[in-house]
Amino acid sequence: MMALSHGHLLTGQAYWLPVLWSGIAAFTILAYIVLDGFDLGIGLLFAVEYRPDDRNVMVNTVAPVWDGNETWLILGGASLYGVFPVAYATVLPALYPTIIAMVLALIFRGVAFEFRFRADSKRGRFWWDVAFFGGSLLAAFAQGLTLGGLIQGIKVTDDAYAGGWWDWLTPFSLLCGVGVVIGYALLGAAWLVWRTDGPLQARCRHHARTLGLCTLALIVAVSLWTPTLQGHYLRHWYAWPRILFVSPVPVLVAGLAVVFWRGLSREDVHITPLLCALGWFFLCFTGLGISVWPYIVPPGITIWDASSPPSSQYFLLVGAAVLIPTILAYTIYSYWVFRGKIGVETHYH
Amino acid sequence: MFGIDALYLARGQFAFTVGFHIVFPAFSIGLAAYLAVLEGLWLKTGRQVYLDLWKYWVKIFSVGFAMGVVSGVVMSYEFGTNWSVFARKAGPVLGPMLAYEVLTAFFLEAGFLGVMLFGMERVGRGLHFLATCLVSIGTLISMSWILASNSWMQTPQGYTIDKVTGQFLPKDWWAIIFNPSFPYRLVHMGLAAFLCVAFVVGAVGAYHLLRDRRLGRKPTEAVRTMFSMAMWMAAIVAPVQILAGDTQGLNTLQYQPAKIAALEGDWQTRDHAPEILFGIPNMQKERTDYAIEVPWAGSLILTHSLSGKVPGLKQFKPQDRPYSPLIFFTFRIMVGLGMLMALLGVVSLFLRWRGSFYSNPWLHRFALAMAPSGFIALLCGWITTEVGRQPYTVYGLLRTTESVSPIALPGIATSFAAFVVVYFVVFGAGLVFILRMMAHEPVPGETGLDPHEPTRTAGITPGPAQGPGERVLDQRPGGFAPHAAE
Ligand code: HDD
Ligand code: HEM
Ligand code: HEM
Repeated sequence: MMALSHGHLLTGQAYWLPVLWSGIAAFTILAYIVLDGFDLGIGLLFAVEYRPDDRNVMVNTVAPVWDGNETWLILGGASLYGVFPVAYATVLPALYPTIIAMVLALIFRGVAFEFRFRADSKRGRFWWDVAFFGGSLLAAFAQGLTLGGLIQGIKVTDDAYAGGWWDWLTPFSLLCGVGVVIGYALLGAAWLVWRTDGPLQARCRHHARTLGLCTLALIVAVSLWTPTLQGHYLRHWYAWPRILFVSPVPVLVAGLAVVFWRGLSREDVHITPLLCALGWFFLCFTGLGISVWPYIVPPGITIWDASSPPSSQYFLLVGAAVLIPTILAYTIYSYWVFRGKIGVETHYH
Repeated sequence: MFGIDALYLARGQFAFTVGFHIVFPAFSIGLAAYLAVLEGLWLKTGRQVYLDLWKYWVKIFSVGFAMGVVSGVVMSYEFGTNWSVFARKAGPVLGPMLAYEVLTAFFLEAGFLGVMLFGMERVGRGLHFLATCLVSIGTLISMSWILASNSWMQTPQGYTIDKVTGQFLPKDWWAIIFNPSFPYRLVHMGLAAFLCVAFVVGAVGAYHLLRDRRLGRKPTEAVRTMFSMAMWMAAIVAPVQILAGDTQGLNTLQYQPAKIAALEGDWQTRDHAPEILFGIPNMQKERTDYAIEVPWAGSLILTHSLSGKVPGLKQFKPQDRPYSPLIFFTFRIMVGLGMLMALLGVVSLFLRWRGSFYSNPWLHRFALAMAPSGFIALLCGWITTEVGRQPYTVYGLLRTTESVSPIALPGIATSFAAFVVVYFVVFGAGLVFILRMMAHEPVPGETGLDPHEPTRTAGITPGPAQGPGERVLDQRPGGFAPHAAE
């Protein structure tokens, strides 16, 4: 296999390493989206869940694990920096406002985990709850804008950003922003169906229903819009033989929808809605990959153009191959330690 | 093209955010180690006082750690937002190191933090201690990687430069990581983190000793123990830090002579150089005004010989000189505080020997006043190091003016203002929470993270008694009653 970068023909290591790394980077981003997705979703659901006890339970379902979930975002940034430095150095200035908004929002969200338990007055706690909700909302929205801004394409000359200050702000990126907010709220609700019980769980089933509908509608809207943004996106979806691989994607989305609704309506089913929601995210992400591949900064920069030299990619690959499985193992252990339903029963005694 | 002002703002924003960030990791590095020691002592001796102290400090740790995490996330994206040219060129070298930091350290800390903070009732004692140790080790690994990166920017080696793209291409990773200034920086920074925490712990102990004295109460064992532990640290680690700083100075003299000239305020290159104790370096007139000098001491300190040759700033072209008037002072503040720390250590040893260690209010007042000394010295040290590296980001190779992102002035100004407001509000609130917790005296049977925390479970999986590992609730020293029983 081979590819062209800066007019050079790439073969061997210089071809394969970036392909491999784009797979790892995609995994990292997906891991971040689904894991921090339900954390942020819980923050979003503060908008409709007011009771202090319920809010404590909601936060407590993720308090021991949220930091690990957010670490995937840092890994995403760091591996982009090390493996695709040209992408890191063009995307971040291009999407400067959305990135800054995201990190500022994550500050509020992150400290609120601790601070809301430290505030010693009702008013103090109220404000940190507002910070938790607001931080989650802005972070999710900014991530959607970032995604939309990237998919719609970034203007580049000589490996550097060449566009304007507001290029990222378009109807499409706004739609993506809304889509991510709704999608995360769905993940949060489905997570809570799994991890809580009683009236809170029942209400979350209800939220998940509404949010599931909205998510599906947004998936359809974004999917129809995306191929019109760049010529090659459309070709990627309809070109033979790719269509063989891509046609299952919409079919599977629909199939999962059926399982999702049946799971929500049965009292004895707890985890299925979450798995279906995760499935949707996975499929959307795959669809996105099909559209943009092999560009990392559409429309101009491919993964090979953006790559650091094999000496960097290889050095990091050795560690990643050993460490990512290890990390997954102890992350699962930590989830297992804190497994089970979280309740407030002691308050009722 | 984007003007010098955008550059200054980008630098200011970076310095502001990293200056805030470093305070929290330093606190986390030192405190995690202290918690591991406390828990180890508790397991070994079974004495309740160590468990009480552990539970007292873990509450403070959890708040500090959260602030470290959120301020760190900002840093990992700021290389790209503020220094995109730098990121593109140095990414192949620095990026993999940052990614290794995430893989080896951040995940380790985050993965076991939950068990450490909330898991006492859910895992066995040994496993819990392991979690605390892993969090502590994670902070140390994190420090090592980020200092390797920073040291490489100060003393780069092991790379080649791509002629077309201008990128630094890694050639020898061993040489990159173990670059000449890394070992010195690692030791100096590690000790600095321990000192920061030692002086905070000591000051909290001193505060409660003073208050108990005023109220005519007998101080609790926990208060006395933490004060004593902290003063041992001061007595042992502060002098070691002075030695470490001295060796680091020698290393810097060898690799970054302009930095030494600037922080010493020396303009002429000469042997038998004096040490300027005080003065005001004047970049325009190329001299240090109002200098108070000690003859020959400069040569003695920097070369360990009275006749050694010490560089002066005039030896370097004006556009290659670091801004001396700032680092001249930050350096002196750091060194002065280092001396005061060692002095407190010596005084504490003396009073221990005289038997008035827990009763002499002057010792306690001194220790209380030294509470922020570690953090001030730490920040001054970093400013010295980083401003002393100017005008380069990668020393001698890539200028700061060539590193900056193509972001126009209004953009940076807006984000900088937002950072300032958010940091002061959020981290100011965090500081208030921490101080409030410190104002409470540690009591026997400390509760640890309060009952709102996710320690109680219900529903289909039966609660606490279901954790993995051996469960010997009631035989533990002091007995870990599950929170539900409180
Ligand atoms: C791995 C890299 C790295 C690390 C660990 C640090 N810095 Fe740094 N610092 C930089 C990488 C950097 C940089 C990206 O290279 C900057 C931005 C502009 C520049 O010249 O260097 C910089 C600039 C910079 C400046 C402004 C210097 C100037 O523009 O005159 C200050 C005051 C600090 N830093 C302070 C710190 C502190 C307090 C740190 C402790 C955590 C720290 N830096 C760690
Ligand atoms: C500009 C450079 C830096 C960047 C990009 C950076 C990045 C980060 C990030 C992303 C985190 C959060 C990790 C998590 O989620 O657990 C973090 C935390 C941490 N950083 Fe930094 N950091 C920088 C400077 C430093 C320095 C100079 C040190 C110490 C010498 C340091 C030590 C730590 C430690 C020990 C933690 C974990 C403890 C805590 O969160 O409080 N960092 N850093
Ligand atoms: C009293 C004797 C001390 C001496 C002689 C000394 C010396 C130095 C020197 C020469 C540097 C600059 C290194 C360079 O960039 O090339 C430095 C940096 C630094 N110092 Fe000190 N220092 C002393 C005490 C302290 C104390 C007490 C602390 C903190 C508790 C501290 C914290 C730091 C830090 C954080 C840096 C920057 C990080 C680094 O470059 O390693 N120093 N010190």
